[in-house]
Amino acid sequence: MTTPLPDLDCDALTKRFGASTAVDHVSFSVRAGSFFSILGPSGCGKTTIMRMIAGFLEPSSGDIRIKGRSVLDVPPNKRPVNMVFQHLALFPMMNIADNIGYGLRRKGMTKPAIARKVDEALERIGLPGIGARRVDELSGGQKQRVAIARCMVLEPDVLLLDEPLGALDLKLREHMKVELKALQTAFDTTFVYITHDQSEALVMSDTIAVMNAGRFEQMGTARDLYYRPQTAFVAGFVGDANRWQGRVARAEGEALEIKTDTGLMLRAASPGRKLTVGDRAEVFVRPEAIRLAEDAAELAHFDTRISGHVATILFNGAASRVIVTDPSGADIGVTLPQSGEFAHLTRGAPIHVGWSGDQGNAFVMTRP
Amino acid sequence: MIPTIPQNPLVRVVYGAYVVLFFVYLALPLTVVAVFAFNDSQFPSLPWEGFTLGWFFGSEPPMIGVVHEGPILRAIGTSVIIGLAVSALSVAVGTTNAFLFNRYQFRGRGLLYVLMLLPLVIPGIVLGISILVFSSTLANAAWEVAEIDIQALRPGLVLVILGQFSFVTTIATLVIAARLQKFDRTLEEAALNLGATHLTAVRTITLPYLAPAMIGAFVVSFLMSFENFNTTLMLVGSDSPLTIAMFDRLKLGSTPLLNAVSLLLMLGSSLLALVMIAFQRKS
Amino acid sequence: MRAGQKLGLILLLTPLLLWLSLLIIIPHIDLFLLSLRERVGVRQYETGLANYRTILTEPLYMVTFARTAMMSVLATILTLLIAFPVSYYIAKLVRGRARSVLFLMCLVPFWVSELVRTFGWMILLRESGVISGLLQWTGLAAGPVEMLYNDAAMMVGLVYTSMLFMVVPLVTTLDSLDDAVIEAGYDLGGSGPSILREIVIPHAMPGIVSGSIVVFMLSLGNYLTPTMLGGKDSLWFTQMIYSQFIVRFNWELGAAFGFMLLILSSLIVWAVLRLTGQTLEKTMG
Repeated sequence: MTTPLPDLDCDALTKRFGASTAVDHVSFSVRAGSFFSILGPSGCGKTTIMRMIAGFLEPSSGDIRIKGRSVLDVPPNKRPVNMVFQHLALFPMMNIADNIGYGLRRKGMTKPAIARKVDEALERIGLPGIGARRVDELSGGQKQRVAIARCMVLEPDVLLLDEPLGALDLKLREHMKVELKALQTAFDTTFVYITHDQSEALVMSDTIAVMNAGRFEQMGTARDLYYRPQTAFVAGFVGDANRWQGRVARAEGEALEIKTDTGLMLRAASPGRKLTVGDRAEVFVRPEAIRLAEDAAELAHFDTRISGHVATILFNGAASRVIVTDPSGADIGVTLPQSGEFAHLTRGAPIHVGWSGDQGNAFVMTRP
Repeated sequence: MIPTIPQNPLVRVVYGAYVVLFFVYLALPLTVVAVFAFNDSQFPSLPWEGFTLGWFFGSEPPMIGVVHEGPILRAIGTSVIIGLAVSALSVAVGTTNAFLFNRYQFRGRGLLYVLMLLPLVIPGIVLGISILVFSSTLANAAWEVAEIDIQALRPGLVLVILGQFSFVTTIATLVIAARLQKFDRTLEEAALNLGATHLTAVRTITLPYLAPAMIGAFVVSFLMSFENFNTTLMLVGSDSPLTIAMFDRLKLGSTPLLNAVSLLLMLGSSLLALVMIAFQRKS
Repeated sequence: MRAGQKLGLILLLTPLLLWLSLLIIIPHIDLFLLSLRERVGVRQYETGLANYRTILTEPLYMVTFARTAMMSVLATILTLLIAFPVSYYIAKLVRGRARSVLFLMCLVPFWVSELVRTFGWMILLRESGVISGLLQWTGLAAGPVEMLYNDAAMMVGLVYTSMLFMVVPLVTTLDSLDDAVIEAGYDLGGSGPSILREIVIPHAMPGIVSGSIVVFMLSLGNYLTPTMLGGKDSLWFTQMIYSQFIVRFNWELGAAFGFMLLILSSLIVWAVLRLTGQTLEKTMG
């Protein structure tokens, strides 16, 4: 049995602008029908990758294959990929139906056939009968769906989405995340999505690539990235984490003991990575992995324990935090359990925190 | 068709060549005017008789330079006076118009706005004759009723100023209103909040913000007035501004003196425009 | 409305109303009344349409009228066709400094008087002019070539004189077209011509309309260029107004001419606005 060809295949894709390298030998393939995200801070090169796939930038080297065929010589208007632009780029001079029918007209389809397909598409995105409206009469979310429909009527092999939710307000963005995923399933098309917002990527994607400074740091499922970050960048970028820097004091296989620069002794693990005594190291611990206790004895079973006092409480519903100041004066963020047992906690109160060493993720620091 | 779209190199070259050709077309007449100002000949045409500055500084006939040519110098003076008057009036009225349309909602506002734009779509010569006709109606009425002859209503400086003002004001209004539109009104509210009165707020906050547009409008108005031909032609009296004086000479036949005047005009207006641009960059 | 605000409104309205009524509205009404006046004897007048009848029955007047209108339309179309690619180039194909320089270069010729520009074309085109000299020097022509005083020379001058008023609104509207919209057009399978037709031109429509209106008006009302560059028989309507007012001193007929010109220009402006679904406020203001 042969594995089916991936819809999109990038091979050692590189783009240089003068002396700087925006995209540096990036390779990945996207399985047919999957939702692939590239997550990274602004300026990391993700938009450059997207524009190379769409054909608006020529790679300096490397190859882009769609359904196994290289598209480097194919101009953007002939590529079997379509793109939802960052600000959507709906055509303000046309109504909704003409926007959606634009690509079909380019294919020379007959008027009745176009009208039928446009109606179908509007039905599909849950906005039947709005074809005669003007672009500026639509809400942000409706525009979003029209921009996707405009591409989907062309049945592209790959749909590229360039941070399309960026312009929406928070509430709508939350809603559109769910909806985009549903649309992707409904259309059963390969989506390549770029964003700097980790929660968009985590919620929607089958596979996420975390990108930094022109390279992929790690590629995997949302769970992989969150629980098993392979680089310090991923550990810091995906999800919240407390961060300490220090030096490895003791190493037993993957279990480490690290003396931080502030003088604490922390236990940590480094699955799949080799750290030796004396290495400069960085340790990441998620706020929800840390346990709070007013009585130190409750934390006896943890191998890392710190005593301090409450600096402040940041109430935010289920995501509430306690900031604990440790003896060295540094802050540790801890998720506040919603069971009510810490409801009486006040600022300045003494408190103990602890976690088990395998929740601490240690990495060698590249820059000492 | 934009840099990010791959383009046939041949199309690119042809397009570039077209744009170059266009700029040659733009530059050509002005270049020849400038070059022939230095021709040591009685006519601004080939053959090239050699280089001279005589058309600027010469004092002996047949080569009397600009600086010794009384009528031309007087015409320049007239043009400057007209230009300053028109610009001052236009910027003043343009500013009040801008505030009116920006700050007030009142009945007939839309109609007044359209009326305000009208001078842009009335041919200059029609504007000229209508003012000429109306002013002479007034002058005749004054004569018949009270036997007074109001010289200001006869063709001359005042009518030229009013005629140019009548359409330059629209331009000044548009320039100033465009900037006022971008003004963040909360700045004025902040000034009120800090204890300023309405007028003080406008004077200390809004007017300084508008200043670049007002200066820009002044310069544009001055240039438009200086250049104006059609409206002026119908209203001019005995003291002609420069464009009319040059036109009268050109009809009689041209000498490189006109080239020299033109070159000075080009330098003058370029300088003015550059000063304006530099000023607007700074603010 | 509070008393202070009302006072402010009145103070701001006064200059506007004075300007519009005394310099625009009443003078045009007066012009119209004058055009209805018919001289029947010395200092004796009657009200009637005689002046308009004269215009309609005198072929020379009507021919000149129609000619002026047609030539102005032609000048407008030529200016648009020449200016559009250049405006697109400036707005979309060059960036940063080069772009401001090119734009500025478009503006420079218009800082000097129309008279100077026309004078430049005279030096270039006349029998003893630069182009004639060049043609003789290269051997393409045996003797002096007169290129001045004909319709083509006049057209060159009209287009030249109006160019700025087309380039500026075009560059402004084209500039406001987001590059992403053009890219989206390509991404969805569009080609150069189809994007030009369906995206770029519809977007630039307000600029095209306002540029065309201004250029048409300027051509129609131009006196200098037809007089200096045009031939003996390329009469322009403004010349007839001038001659009735200044040379023949027949103000009544001149006023009727002026009013005809005003009506023609208003009609065409109105028709263009209607056809393209634009309004004067949107295109001019």
